[in-house]
Amino acid sequence: MLRRFAADKAKHLLRPLCSSLLPASAAAADLVSSSSPFCTSSSAPAAMSSTKTPPVSVENINPKIIKCEYAVRGEIVILAQRLQQELQSNPGSRPFDEILYCNIGNPQSLGQLPITFFREVLALCDHPALLDKDQTHGLFSSDAIDRAWKILDVMPGRATGAYSHSQGIKGLRDLIAAGIAARDGFPANADDIFLTDGASPAVHMMMQLLLRSEKDGILCPIPQYPLYSASIALHGGTLVPYYLNEATGWGLELSEVKKQLEDARSKGVTVRALVVINPGNPTGQVLAEDNQREIVDFCKEEGLVILADEVYQENIYVDNKKFHSFKKIARSMGYGEEDIALVSFQSVSKGYYGECGKRGGYMELTGFTAEVREQIYKIASVNLCSNISGQILASLVMNPPQEGDESFESYVDEKDGILLSLARRAKTLEEAFNSLEGVTCNRAEGAMYLFPRLHLPHKAIEAAKAAKTAPDALYARRLLDATGIVVVPGSGFGQVPGTWHIRCTILPQEDKIPAIVSRLKEFHEAFMAEFRD
Amino acid sequence: MSRGLDYEVINENVKRVAYAVRGELYLRASELQKEGKKIIFTNVGNPHALGQKPLTFPRQVVALCQAPFLLDDPHVGMMFPSDAIERARHYLSLTSGGLGAYSDSRGLPGIRKEVAEFIERRDGYPSDPELIYLTDGASKGVMQMLNTIIRNDKDGILVPVPQYPLYSAAISLFGGSLVPYHLEETANWGLDINNLRQSLNEARMNGITVRAMVIINPGNPTGQCLSEANIREILKFCYQQKLVLLADEVYQQNIYQDERPFISSRKILLGMGPPFSKEVQLVSFHTVSKGYWGECGQRGGYFEMTNIPLKTVDEIYKVASISLSPNVPGQIFLGLMVNPPKPGDISYSKFVTESKAILDSLRKRAHIMTNGFNSCRNVVCNFTEGAMYSFPQIKLPPKAIEAAKKAGKVPDVFYCLKLLEATGISTVPGSGFGQKEGVFHLRTTILPAEEDMPAIMDSFKKFNDEFMEQYDDKKGYSRM
Repeated sequence: MLRRFAADKAKHLLRPLCSSLLPASAAAADLVSSSSPFCTSSSAPAAMSSTKTPPVSVENINPKIIKCEYAVRGEIVILAQRLQQELQSNPGSRPFDEILYCNIGNPQSLGQLPITFFREVLALCDHPALLDKDQTHGLFSSDAIDRAWKILDVMPGRATGAYSHSQGIKGLRDLIAAGIAARDGFPANADDIFLTDGASPAVHMMMQLLLRSEKDGILCPIPQYPLYSASIALHGGTLVPYYLNEATGWGLELSEVKKQLEDARSKGVTVRALVVINPGNPTGQVLAEDNQREIVDFCKEEGLVILADEVYQENIYVDNKKFHSFKKIARSMGYGEEDIALVSFQSVSKGYYGECGKRGGYMELTGFTAEVREQIYKIASVNLCSNISGQILASLVMNPPQEGDESFESYVDEKDGILLSLARRAKTLEEAFNSLEGVTCNRAEGAMYLFPRLHLPHKAIEAAKAAKTAPDALYARRLLDATGIVVVPGSGFGQVPGTWHIRCTILPQEDKIPAIVSRLKEFHEAFMAEFRD
Repeated sequence: MSRGLDYEVINENVKRVAYAVRGELYLRASELQKEGKKIIFTNVGNPHALGQKPLTFPRQVVALCQAPFLLDDPHVGMMFPSDAIERARHYLSLTSGGLGAYSDSRGLPGIRKEVAEFIERRDGYPSDPELIYLTDGASKGVMQMLNTIIRNDKDGILVPVPQYPLYSAAISLFGGSLVPYHLEETANWGLDINNLRQSLNEARMNGITVRAMVIINPGNPTGQCLSEANIREILKFCYQQKLVLLADEVYQQNIYQDERPFISSRKILLGMGPPFSKEVQLVSFHTVSKGYWGECGQRGGYFEMTNIPLKTVDEIYKVASISLSPNVPGQIFLGLMVNPPKPGDISYSKFVTESKAILDSLRKRAHIMTNGFNSCRNVVCNFTEGAMYSFPQIKLPPKAIEAAKKAGKVPDVFYCLKLLEATGISTVPGSGFGQKEGVFHLRTTILPAEEDMPAIMDSFKKFNDEFMEQYDDKKGYSRM
């Protein structure tokens, strides 16, 4: 609440200097705060010291910061946290015992267990003195001990607390490159890999590199994970939306992308890159191979960089779809480094490992010149390096236990257990949403979310208007108040104007799902009873 | 048509960034290392890379947090001391799902509370956990602050010269203006308020709105520890000129003289009482990378905000939330740093022994290095009062400067490259930090192991004195 209030207040205080907001479609306005963007010329006289404005206040901080939004941890979450405190100090004050955070892809916060092998290796690397103790062999699996030694051996001086090479430890990048090659069947180069504190900082780096001014645009899917809209705003660029087609399971249609590209260009925007999230977030669709080939051809023709967010590559729940990396697709089409610039993002936060708190991830960059690579390296070096533990974990994720390893069977059990459970939860919740009056929900083919559409009655829309809030935000708020379930309103991700959605994760543990479903149904019935036309 | 990532069409601000710490010298050193040459990397404050061992207690705690199944094992007591086990349970209880869950975007509330308690013990004034944000290293916090402050190239940030080039790099990246204020080498790198005033006025005359001032205390690369009077002057200056003070205090545990112990800027500010204590905006930075911990690779740090309007804090929170959360193990390291073993704890004496050994040795090495440099021809070196670096002035003869020009190199880069090729010692040329025109330095760290120091200083002296013999024509040489 405070955040939205602050942003609103600030909008009145800041003078708009120019107003070329792109694109014309109103949905984009859902993505950026309703203040107009700001030119980069000075807005204050030189002699600031004589005014009463304190040096750092919303009146004079970077306007791009005021402009950017990130709903995943936005207003609804702040409300939820307040309710949680209320519940703690005053149990029984609400019709529910706990807040269920279904707003964020944070599996381990909802009871998912980490993969044992990975944690064994990390613990040994965190405290290598353990490797010299006899008891260690009784407590740790032998292949974890082995792997820890191998990792320590690629670290200069076995110093796990030292800053590493700014792209990440070379030996770990070699392992990751090998993992990528094994996955795709095409070679990968350790020098193309930049290990980062999660995939998000890598996305920021690319936006920083690509965006010179608001005349530079980035094509983004709508709905999208709002890291993209936020980082584009933060770096002063323009988001060029292309709509995914809800009617066809959130299909990516090239005709739509082409249309938006031409529209942007006609308005003087230089479109620099295309973001594609595969599997999709919040939409969960997995792209078909020929779809991917179309996209690659298109980007090659138009000179666009492909920014392929592939963090959910291990989260696929349908048998008729498989994950194919964009690099694999491009290479299989015969396209090499000279043909297409491609950045692939991967993370340790998702998949079946769900290690969000570790902040591990990388980007693999191919198809750009040595000069540009130098620039990226330079930017990475200012922050010295990403956290070492996260780097190690990234190398484990891309090189898990193999058949014959001591931990292989238990690893497979843990992995399959988690993935099968996710698939079941995806199905159950999808069915639950579809059973609700006026709600349609596409299948979650992958990722961790459901994005049901709410066909809200007129009365509800009016009530939202009166409360000066978006209808899906009203629904989400009411849902929270009645059930303790926290979801993110669709307006946080972008949607076709006049349509409303919520994003709900599939992450609560399976034993909680029946209660969630029944509470959801109960709430919805009451909501519709109140607002039905 | 240019393609998306062609060099000509990338962000100009990115091209403007320079970060010498991992620049030309480091890249050349890495090349030579690949070719088999033994390199001594003294280019970055990276203690563990030069043999400093991690403290035992924090590693035990984090390993247990990493693999909580250990806590359930009946034999865990044989492998870990009971206070480490207890502390691991404590930190795990502060998380919502262990190390693998995103925390609050500002950091785990329980750890921020520990940081606040540490600050209160250190300074004698209460600190609010709500105004403490944990970050993936202090650098990320600095970058966030500068990005918040800088709107365009007319916004200026006062930065000491010489400075740690994170500041110049970040200012370039965010499109702001760096307003330098010179530290006085002859006064042990002291801060002269007149220099400050002059720089500020000049900037304003050029149409720059000066928004903030950076101090690095203890200094990097210069190592000087600011006196209480100095800090008070600076705070008064910031009050008068309406500047936010960015106090980089990451080396607060690294003090090698007793005349000027570390006093936090916040303590002094609050001690000044109103109006200063209520109005001067201050952001203080700290980290687990330095001190006697040296846990650079964990990327753990925090910043504390004083007198920042809540609406601004809100915006800062919003930006932090886009990156979801700082890494949880790093947060735990931070908690352990501000809340180390206490007298009576099982691990206390070992912890103290390990810590003291490191600090005592750093103090010794600060002296060895300063004296070593001062014994070299044409080299003058201020004492390293604090931090981790030595920043000797190299008085390059005109012939050397000419030779550098011929080779297409900045003079101190030329010298440092020759030093590297001759001895394997990888330093950072002073030009990477800023220095007065015609005055040259290099930065090295005091981190090589104590037993290696004499040999390193001998090696340096041999190279330097030969270099000076070669280029000194005894007619005169560059001087301050």
